[in-house]
Amino acid sequence: MTRGTIQNRDAFLQTIAERLGRAPRLSGVSRPQWDCAPQWTVFAGYSQDDLLNVLQKQCGLIHTDYIETTSAELAGALRRQVAAYGGGPVIVPDDPRFAEYGLSALLQDEWPAEQTAVHTWNPALGRQNIDAAEQANVGIAFSDITLAESGTVVLFSRNEQGRAIHFLPKTYIAIVPKSTVVPRMTQAAAAIHEQIEKGGLVPSCINFITGPSNSADIEMNLVVGVHGPMKAAYIVVTDR
Amino acid sequence: MPMKIENGPFWKRVEENLQNDFMRGAVAGMQDRGYVRRLGVIEELGHWEEWRSLAEQIRKHTLENLDYYLMQLSENVAKRGGHVFFAQTAEEANDYIRRIALEKQAKKIVKSKSMVTEEINLNPVLEAIGCQVVETDLGEYILQIDDHDPPSHIVGPALHKNKEQIRDVFRRKLGYTKSSDPVELARHAREMLRRDYLTADIGITGCNFAIAESGSITLVTNEGNADLVTALPKTQITVMGMERIVPTFEEMEVLVSMLTRSAVGQKLTSYITVLTGPRDEGDADGPEEFHLVIVDNGRSSILGTEFQPILQCIRCAACVNVCPVYRHIGGHSYGSIYSGPIGAVLSPLLGGYDDYKELPYASSLCAACTEACPVKIPLHELLIKHRQIIVEREGKAPVAEKLAMKAFRLGTASSSLYRFGTKFAPSAFAPFVEDGRVTKGPGPLKAWTESREFPAPSKERFRDWFQTRQKGGNPS
Ligand code: SF4
Repeated sequence: MTRGTIQNRDAFLQTIAERLGRAPRLSGVSRPQWDCAPQWTVFAGYSQDDLLNVLQKQCGLIHTDYIETTSAELAGALRRQVAAYGGGPVIVPDDPRFAEYGLSALLQDEWPAEQTAVHTWNPALGRQNIDAAEQANVGIAFSDITLAESGTVVLFSRNEQGRAIHFLPKTYIAIVPKSTVVPRMTQAAAAIHEQIEKGGLVPSCINFITGPSNSADIEMNLVVGVHGPMKAAYIVVTDR
Repeated sequence: MPMKIENGPFWKRVEENLQNDFMRGAVAGMQDRGYVRRLGVIEELGHWEEWRSLAEQIRKHTLENLDYYLMQLSENVAKRGGHVFFAQTAEEANDYIRRIALEKQAKKIVKSKSMVTEEINLNPVLEAIGCQVVETDLGEYILQIDDHDPPSHIVGPALHKNKEQIRDVFRRKLGYTKSSDPVELARHAREMLRRDYLTADIGITGCNFAIAESGSITLVTNEGNADLVTALPKTQITVMGMERIVPTFEEMEVLVSMLTRSAVGQKLTSYITVLTGPRDEGDADGPEEFHLVIVDNGRSSILGTEFQPILQCIRCAACVNVCPVYRHIGGHSYGSIYSGPIGAVLSPLLGGYDDYKELPYASSLCAACTEACPVKIPLHELLIKHRQIIVEREGKAPVAEKLAMKAFRLGTASSSLYRFGTKFAPSAFAPFVEDGRVTKGPGPLKAWTESREFPAPSKERFRDWFQTRQKGGNPS
């Protein structure tokens, strides 16, 4: 990674320090212990089942279809949901979890055999991935962390999982392993922060996605589906 | 669009806007519904006062150590291959961005909503070198195609327009043939803008919160436009006010929770996106080049003064949404892209008292704004400080402004009174009313009612007051 440039910093920070009436502070500041931490009290002590209930209720508020299934039934549930959204083309990341969750046959044989085109994100194909995402009717991805309170799926970008999968298709389906569900954004932020403290690099894009795209810019009427997907579904896998 | 909206003197703007019934109805509806939604999510969350204290503490600590956190941020952006440009002035920021556009031979630029790029008036600079600049937030898009109609609210910029007006603009400018149904209008915008995302050379965004520990920027939207603006074009430029920064992901999370609840009554908006540097090596989308432009443009002169708390602002507009004065006069009356209580405090600081000396008087000092503010900015106290400074500068408060203060205070002497709405006020004044006129007022009204009759507070009391004032001559 080539280091980027930084311009005009010294004078800029000097001005700030002067205004604050002290010498510049360029190192040695640490985050204080904040006086209170109300964010950690939300759904404290909830079981995984309690959290699923919260998630399900929230999905009603965010115009998101909520489906519960098991890993044995997942392929069927996914096939039905894609059909309900009007079928293919489908775009998916190149994610080993598709095989682990028994979806390889669906992706590689069954859908193609019935003319449902499946594009698997492949970084070697460059811009073609974006064209495929633009043409896709459904984008499908696995949630990395799921926030019960807000009904949010968290997705980390990687070479095999481009950003456009979540935004360009007309509809969107997130597969949510039950074990990924946490109370709220607090737990996700803490986990990411911990990785950074350990010297880890955050991916170039982290998406917190909560239902389909919407806008209230016209007379404050909620319009679901503006720039991103117009419909969204979460398929929760209860035994994973 | 620069920060200043050129539309005549303050009192004239107020008068014109009081005649705009659609706008006033829209604002009132937004405030009433927004109020209920916001209180609903706050109640559901629980411990709101603790949340506010925490958010305030985070913002204060960050501002007190702003040089440190900007240092850390810029180091981390550079480590990830991004370029950082510190711009003391609007011109420096615009010059830098123009240079990039020239270097990339950019023809088309897509933008997601950004108040700071409005403030520095970036679009004309890019248009002057032949770039087509497309605003992609639906509200901003509507305003842009309507010959750059100014925004009237910091979160919902097109709040003052009704759907028929929007349909007509779409017909005139976009060859639109369908109805005024918001869904059809939005779908049309979706189709128009899709092409723009896919063919743009540069994407420009604002920044809700930069995260110092990782060199990331956080974007908060409902439409998903910021995601397309940053996923597709080869170059991304993010412009941030220098104070929009937090130490770590953990503080970002707290402030995002406050922002989405306070702004739109949602637990989280549909898309919260944290971007770090350009695309990772081997990625097939995301920008190849990332530039972060950190803008001062008058903010550092607020640091170290009694107005420093205004830099805690997270631009949620909760203060706007509870303001009884904004309710009546609407966003355009403020003559600034920053309207409502936040605008009345910030615009004079960034734009100077010459242009904005009336704004601190466009307030009833009822403190509803201060109570609503998720980061505990004492907005009404800052308005009083402005007034003190203005009085010192001018030698005295102009008569008109004294009257304004009294008028705005009417029936809104405390935020709890306002909470019960305008209906409550008239009965409080009942003993003093004869034929719909206040003849002998309590407290602050006394001096005023001694010399002339004052219109009784009613559902339309503010408007009545202006009509009365008009009959009595022009005070400005
Ligand atoms: S001043 Fe407070 S309430 Fe107003 S926009 Fe800023 S943060 Fe929100």
